[in-house]
Amino acid sequence: MQTNNKSSFSSLKTFLCDPFRMFGVVSVLLLLLLTVAPAKDYFSQWRSYQRQYLNLIRNRSNAVTLLRHFQGGIQQIWIPQLGVIDRCQTCHVGVTESSLSDVKEQPFRAHPPIPHKLTEFGCVVCHRGQGAATTVSEAHHSKMAGEEPILPMRYIEASCGQCHHEPLEGTPKLNRGRLLLARYGCVNCHAINLPDGSTIQATDNPPPLTHIADKTTREWIYAWLKDPTSYSASSTMPNFLFSDADASDISAFLIANSTSQPGDSMAYPATASGSASDSSAGAVLYGESFCASCHATQNAAGNLVGGDLGPELTNVGTKVKPGWLMAWLKDPHTYDPTTKMPQYRWTEQQLQTLTAYVASKTDPDFVANVHLQPATQAQIAHGKKLVIEYGCASCHEITGIPKPDNFAPDLSRVGSKPLVQLIFLPGMEQSLPAYLAEKIRRPRAFGPSLHMPKYSFTSSQIEDLTTALLSFTNRSFTLPPNLQIPAVQDTNYRPAGHAGQLMANINCLSCHRINGNGGTMAPDLSWEGSSVQKPWLDAFLKNPNTLRPTLIRRMPKFNLTDSERTVLTNYIMTVYQTPAFERDEMPLSGYSPDLVEKGRQLFYSKYACQSCHMVNPNQDKGYIGPTLTTVGARLNAAWIFHYLKDPQAMRPETIEPNQHMSDEDARALTAFLMAQKTISGQGAK
Amino acid sequence: MIFAMLLSAAVSGCDHKKALPPSLTAKATGAALVVVSGDKQLGSPGSQLPQPLILQVNDDQGNAITGAKVQLTGPPGVDFTPQQILTDDNGQATFKVVLAGIDGRYELTASSQDAHGKPLTVMIPEYAAGYQQEVGYEINEKYCSRCHNPDSTSEQVSNYDNLAVKPHRFSDGTIYNNLSETDLTTIISHGGVAMNRSALMPPYGWTLNKAEIQGVIAYIRLVSDPPYVAPGVVYQKP
Repeated sequence: MQTNNKSSFSSLKTFLCDPFRMFGVVSVLLLLLLTVAPAKDYFSQWRSYQRQYLNLIRNRSNAVTLLRHFQGGIQQIWIPQLGVIDRCQTCHVGVTESSLSDVKEQPFRAHPPIPHKLTEFGCVVCHRGQGAATTVSEAHHSKMAGEEPILPMRYIEASCGQCHHEPLEGTPKLNRGRLLLARYGCVNCHAINLPDGSTIQATDNPPPLTHIADKTTREWIYAWLKDPTSYSASSTMPNFLFSDADASDISAFLIANSTSQPGDSMAYPATASGSASDSSAGAVLYGESFCASCHATQNAAGNLVGGDLGPELTNVGTKVKPGWLMAWLKDPHTYDPTTKMPQYRWTEQQLQTLTAYVASKTDPDFVANVHLQPATQAQIAHGKKLVIEYGCASCHEITGIPKPDNFAPDLSRVGSKPLVQLIFLPGMEQSLPAYLAEKIRRPRAFGPSLHMPKYSFTSSQIEDLTTALLSFTNRSFTLPPNLQIPAVQDTNYRPAGHAGQLMANINCLSCHRINGNGGTMAPDLSWEGSSVQKPWLDAFLKNPNTLRPTLIRRMPKFNLTDSERTVLTNYIMTVYQTPAFERDEMPLSGYSPDLVEKGRQLFYSKYACQSCHMVNPNQDKGYIGPTLTTVGARLNAAWIFHYLKDPQAMRPETIEPNQHMSDEDARALTAFLMAQKTISGQGAK
Repeated sequence: MIFAMLLSAAVSGCDHKKALPPSLTAKATGAALVVVSGDKQLGSPGSQLPQPLILQVNDDQGNAITGAKVQLTGPPGVDFTPQQILTDDNGQATFKVVLAGIDGRYELTASSQDAHGKPLTVMIPEYAAGYQQEVGYEINEKYCSRCHNPDSTSEQVSNYDNLAVKPHRFSDGTIYNNLSETDLTTIISHGGVAMNRSALMPPYGWTLNKAEIQGVIAYIRLVSDPPYVAPGVVYQKP
């Protein structure tokens, strides 16, 4: 056995020692080694995909065209100014072939239509991943230092947000996510600076806590801090997960720190509450004043009904003191000068009725089990420490505590945070989107010393927020500035003078937009003076009848005095005019009957306006647009004419289609509409 | 041979399926499987549908059956939680559905069994809207649905009942599938009269841009029932 081995070894030795044989062996080995590279290339993943692609298109009716477009080998898009070197098309062969849009299996599907060209933006700008890689695992899943894996499809809208800072029609998730960042006050603690130098502004409008002892009790504050959602499901205040002792100390501090504000509370007669007639009168007044346009309440089925401009009022009687509520309803600006709530001019009797009604909306269970001992100085001091530590002053105004700077991490580039900088929870998916989503869902799971509060977002809201956060990337700062499309920022327009004071008092801008500032609930009033006739405006302010009976949110009646109304009407008619035309260039009446009749025919036949508008209530039914029964007494002729010619030029948000009307048709229709001064069948028409 | 072995190893290596949960045993059986809500939803690719999918198992009298097994299957990439479930006290089975990352129509199949072991199945279409369809959906919500959708909500009242000539729901494939892209573009741009249809349909060619009109058409094609099949190009030789 051993000899045998030995002999074979020695024969091998003699075999190799022969230089010619050795040369032969080495040559063969070298040849074999040399074949490795072409073999590796031949068996590469992308070649296999290209072969599969050729098989796929062979069976299609336009195979010849597809084959002509096909180019074998590595394909590359190089866009130096964007830093893009993308070889994705090497495997995604059919990505520009729109006829392959029915193919479900990747990587052969055509890219769905988007407004950008592949050759102008490449792939990784939107999809991330490693563009230069030529294997699936390197291109899609690489997590090595500084390398980003591909962005999951459900967050893809984030990529649009790198350049588009304005809301886009095709990116609902991104738009919602950005609104949530503003609405829930995320940006009160986390700064988010955009590449164009602007920042995201909070819209949550948290109340000042400077005079809170006048408004509510320590017990309510305690219960609220412990769980805001059990008081109001729609609350934007998050849960800080305070311990009982901490919540008690903070409530003690806030009450002790509160100063009294003269006039923010008034004597509320005990006799005013209670009686049934009062309650129904209160409900009527609440309805007539259109409180529900801004405030929601929960109905019997548990659904919120009403607007979200003001806080939910389902249990407000548990929160506020009746004396404070009555003073607030009388003039909310005394307590909070920046409130969006208008000052209604209610009579003393109305104030009592409404206060009784609103204060009756209670949830006694909310504070029933809260029994707090009188606070000690040590507790108050501890409460103050907690208030500073948790950054309460980032959102709320608190006497003696300034708004902290850089309280929480800056999120301007959070969408490019390298994976190596993240600490994942055990068992969770190791990706940036998963990290962001989990951080929003369970912020305190990432460390007991963290201060980030817990919000009660739904999973789709978390997806929206994650999408918005993923749009704040390094790339958005390095892209050429000409690609950045900024969001339209609100102007700081405020109406001036006596009328300006009046408009601030009834807070027109809470709902109406004027010259680029204000809310979007109600029509833009920038050109209202060109649009309407003065007597109509005066009558409308006296008693605002809605033009659109199907709307829930309506203009309330502010009970303005005659002189206040005159000031407002004059100001609107004089100041809010469009530069596009002269208001009085067409007469309000006196059109020839022939022209009116021609307009009538155009209205009912050629343009079929009756599908959306009503002129004769006995016969027309459309109610998408405002009713036009008395439009001749409401609008100016020149406005109607120019509006018909190009509705979007007069009101950019209107859904009235531009009919590309000739001047002749527009004039005839204007004549017909101006003849509608009284309701048909009721007036002398 | 080695190559074949390598290949089979590679194939089996890639083929690691998710471990299926232990199969549930039905405690009861019904006679009919119906969709309660959550079908025909519009979601975005790769995302969970906004509403859960709720199915109900009934007996032959129409009474809800508790404890019947309902199973969901669907095209690759579509994810359900759970994959199978026993109906609850109300006879209902609730699923969360996550669409695949590609836009288009997804047909899910829900199945149960009756007392004789015969399968009860119901097909559930769901739609994943890509960018273009999403644009179309937004335009539809702003302009079209006021008349084309007969359902009213408290926030938005439908104008459908007020129209002398009734418009068609965008999901009505029997109407829209017979109209070509050109026909639809003409009607949207120039109004119903341009195609000898109702004058109540106004022209939108001077209000919407080309991409928005294409979006509306893509949206109509997506939600079409029966599904829309593009003519011509998509055709396989035998």
